[in-house]
Amino acid sequence: MKPEELYEKLRKIQEPKGYFFNRDKELVMELLDGLLKRKEKDGYMTCPCRLSTGDYESDKDITCPCVYREPDVKEYGSCYCGLYVSKAWNEDRIVREFVPERRPPEKIK
Amino acid sequence: MPDTPEIMVYTLSTCGHCKKTKQLLNECNVAYNNVDVDTLASEERQNVLEDVKKINPKVSFPTTKIGDEVIVGHHEDKIKEALGIS
Repeated sequence: MKPEELYEKLRKIQEPKGYFFNRDKELVMELLDGLLKRKEKDGYMTCPCRLSTGDYESDKDITCPCVYREPDVKEYGSCYCGLYVSKAWNEDRIVREFVPERRPPEKIK
Repeated sequence: MPDTPEIMVYTLSTCGHCKKTKQLLNECNVAYNNVDVDTLASEERQNVLEDVKKINPKVSFPTTKIGDEVIVGHHEDKIKEALGIS
C-alpha cells in the first residue's frame, strides 16, 4: 500500500469520528509512510513518533490510533505525533502547543 | 561557528518532529551527532535508551542535547536559543 491509499482509507474512517488529518500534508504523508514501514517491520502499525518493540502486547497502547489520541486531541487539539487533529486545530481556532508524552516511560523498551 | 557546543540528537527514523529538528539543525549549519534509536540492534538500543533516560526521563523523541541544555520535542525557539542564534 502507498501512503496516498492509506490516507484515503483512514480519512474515511476517522473524519466521521471527529479526527482530521493535520493540514500539513507533507508531515502527514511522512507519518503515513512511517506507519507503513512499521507494518512492514512489526506486522502492525504503531505510532511513528514512538519506539515499538515488535511485541504486540507491549505495543498495543501505541497501535495507531493510539490510546493517548483521545485525551491529547481533547486537551491540545492534536495527537502526540501531529497526525490527527481536531477541526478547530486545523482552522487555527486553538493555540498550538507542544503535546507532551503521556505514555508511561516504563513501557518504553 | 567555533564556539558551538556539542550537539546530540536522539531521533526515530519515522517521526515527523524528529525530521523537523534535524532539518532545523541543518539549516542552522551546525555540526551534530545523531542516532535513530529505532534502527539500532537490541543491545545498542538498550544502552542508548539508558543515555536518553538520564537526560529525558520520559524517553521521548526527539531529545536534543546542546551543551548542557536538553530540549524535549521539536522546539525551534528553544533550539535556536541554545545555539545562541535567536
